[in-house]
Amino acid sequence: MLRLEPRQTTSVQMQYATPVIAGVLTIVAGIILFSSLGVDPIEALYTFFVKPLTSVYGLGEWALKATPLLLCAIGLSVGFRGNVWNIGAEGQLTIGAVCGGGIALAFYGDEGPWLLPLMLLCGGLGGMLYGAIPAFLKNRFNANEILTSLMLVYVSIQILGYLVHGPWRDPDGYNFPESRLFDDYGLMPVLLAGTRLHLGVIIALVLTGVIWVFMSRSFQGYKVTVAGQAPAAAAYAGYSRKRVVLISFLISGFMAGLAGITEVSGAIGQLVPVVSPGYGFAAIIVAFLGRLHPVGIVFAAFLISLMYLGGEALQINMKLPLAVTGVFQGMLLFFVLGSEVLVRYRIKIGTQAREA
Amino acid sequence: MATSQLELKGITKRYPGVLANDSIDLSIQPGEVHALLGENGAGKSTLVKIIYGVVRADSGELRWKGEPISITSPNQARSLGIGMVFQHFNLFETLTVAENISLGIDADHDLKVLTSEIREISERYGLPINPHQHVHELSVGERQRVEIIRCLVQDPKLLIMDEPTSVLTPQEIAKLFETLKRLSSEGCSILYISHKLEEIQELCDHATVLRLGKVTATCTPRDETPKSLAEMMIGSELPVCKRTESAYSPDVRLALRGLAITSPDPHGTDLKGIDLEVRKGEVLGIAGVAGNGQKELLATINGEILSPRAEMIELNGEAVATSSPAARRDRGLGFVPEERLGRGAVPEMSLAFNALLTGNQKGMVSDKGFIDFAHMRDYATKVRERFDVRSDGIDAEAKSLSGGNLQKFIIGREIMFGPELLILGHPTWGVDVGAATTIHQAIVDLASGGTAVVVVSEDLDELFEICDSIAVIAEGRLSPIRATSDTDVEEIGRWMSGQFGEEDGADNHVAA
Repeated sequence: MLRLEPRQTTSVQMQYATPVIAGVLTIVAGIILFSSLGVDPIEALYTFFVKPLTSVYGLGEWALKATPLLLCAIGLSVGFRGNVWNIGAEGQLTIGAVCGGGIALAFYGDEGPWLLPLMLLCGGLGGMLYGAIPAFLKNRFNANEILTSLMLVYVSIQILGYLVHGPWRDPDGYNFPESRLFDDYGLMPVLLAGTRLHLGVIIALVLTGVIWVFMSRSFQGYKVTVAGQAPAAAAYAGYSRKRVVLISFLISGFMAGLAGITEVSGAIGQLVPVVSPGYGFAAIIVAFLGRLHPVGIVFAAFLISLMYLGGEALQINMKLPLAVTGVFQGMLLFFVLGSEVLVRYRIKIGTQAREA
Repeated sequence: MATSQLELKGITKRYPGVLANDSIDLSIQPGEVHALLGENGAGKSTLVKIIYGVVRADSGELRWKGEPISITSPNQARSLGIGMVFQHFNLFETLTVAENISLGIDADHDLKVLTSEIREISERYGLPINPHQHVHELSVGERQRVEIIRCLVQDPKLLIMDEPTSVLTPQEIAKLFETLKRLSSEGCSILYISHKLEEIQELCDHATVLRLGKVTATCTPRDETPKSLAEMMIGSELPVCKRTESAYSPDVRLALRGLAITSPDPHGTDLKGIDLEVRKGEVLGIAGVAGNGQKELLATINGEILSPRAEMIELNGEAVATSSPAARRDRGLGFVPEERLGRGAVPEMSLAFNALLTGNQKGMVSDKGFIDFAHMRDYATKVRERFDVRSDGIDAEAKSLSGGNLQKFIIGREIMFGPELLILGHPTWGVDVGAATTIHQAIVDLASGGTAVVVVSEDLDELFEICDSIAVIAEGRLSPIRATSDTDVEEIGRWMSGQFGEEDGADNHVAA
């Protein structure tokens, strides 16, 4: 049998070398995968990793897709450090889009420069209040937050669906289930001409810094960390568990809501039945891939974003099926996470006899 | 000289980062009671696990009755005639005594025959037990008897006992020793692991002393003094704890008034109307066998378990029994929990960050809620220096410290906040002798400075050494409180089994 045994010391060089090793392994495995499918492996790898980044537009898309991932993941990382499992960022993101987008529609034809800030604020607050529901259920009834937050995702999608099919449907939209296009005051300013890259990425990076400071320098952030690492120590010191649950959900909900409204007021420009291709779920992977550390999460967000772009490029340019890009994306994650584990653990073969 | 029952030569076992056993030699004669003595982490457990086949040695030789042998599993050890009574019992609560014993036997057997065998053994060795009783109904001492009988039905030639007395009252210990002496007189060898020196002197013929994985001495315990044995164990002279005049005063710092709670743990012990008062400068000891409500009492005083009525606990005259631990800390409570890693300290955090754990109300956090790093590090440094905490600086992770050093840090952290009342749970459990003395001295000094102190401990020697008064907790009730000078181990031991029927004595269930 195989066992994992913690290493006494984790080598610093190896920690920096893991991404490189994982990259090399992915390329090797990719060559095998693509060759066996009869596809030129070099071209496929180039299409996946490099081609999306060869144009200014591509670079813009890269950062654009990383933005909601980063916003959601950085918020989730707070809770994950405190052992609070918000799995419903996707739902908070959707409600953020609904609340912020609702503002844009409510003030349609009556807007000014104040509109966008108001939309952002309401989007964030909407996500935050939606995140407060599982926190309340957890604190009041000890309901498992993994289940409640996940179930609320599907509720939120129904709410959005109802609104764009019904009351918020564009009256001039030929019955398509879409809202009106937001007015210019309700759209994120584009940062780079010729791309869709908007102000959201700056907001995401600034808030990442804010949360970094919160977690590393504030006492409340310290309490969250203690609650996650040693719940009994937190109880001993008298830190309120309920408060940690609430704060974690409020922060991650706010960030996810913000991701939702930046997405609809940035990349999309209106409310549509599906505002996110699963950013809220992918953000869970991003958070752990980045080891719950802000810097790591920034890198992880860009990596996963590249995976989205590369996957699309493979499908479009190489005519590869969605399943193949999925397998390749899976292999990439497998190698990154696997080599990460092996830096901290060694594999032992054979069982150790234990007293029955 | 006769052939040894068991002989070890050059046994070496290396774990990642530590040499647990370094070429250990040991030999046990038939019928000999041999003590294995050493501080926590000296390598005792590893060595007996090697003998019992749980762990395999990297190198070295085992001889059983003169024959070289390799023991690869506990099954094989049992078939050779090696029995082991672990510190933590392996019994199924829902099965009867006979069924439990039957499960431990590898060969085919008949339960009825076994039951009569159990009866016979229990009479012959003075181990009263009813084979048809369910294990969940048994007291800790009775459970240990089941474990011993389980070994004895297999007619062992060598019995290994791992710290058997830590869960027993003095009276139960005396009974256990009669059994063990009887066994050895019939030719069964006993390997007895303990760090309680008086026991070893009373029971054992020879002793092998381990320190840091090596044999540092062999001796005949009866020819030594507890002091000399302790010095062999720690490898240096034993420091002594100096009592100072106690600063007794009538001010009541802590009062429990009819404290009664239901334990949140379904297997825990409810507290049933505990009354006590602790005064300024007093050290009160609370003795008791493990699992009699100590855990609940400590958690309730600290506020991790809230009581139904605020008046049940008074801190400096203020009713606080429904306040949070942080609020009680504000009113001068210091608390050292019984678990160090994970409760008293966060294992993965540095000592500096662990100073902040309870130090947030002591100026380590600014008004705006930010951590004052300079203050925090300064405090941790001071604790480390004053309490001689051996660590790789204040940035060392708590889990990297030895038990004794971490305990010194936690106690130091609580003491240097200047508490008016300090509560300690098992302050020297698993701590080496040197650190224990430092801790005792710190407690005594703190009390002479006017702090009221409550020490909950299973170690009677410790309580008699440092306390002004002693009480016993048994099944969630508190005995009368006696001045240490007015009581003795005999009386406290009797109380530990629940016999202090002050109130409605009929309710006092006693496991005889």
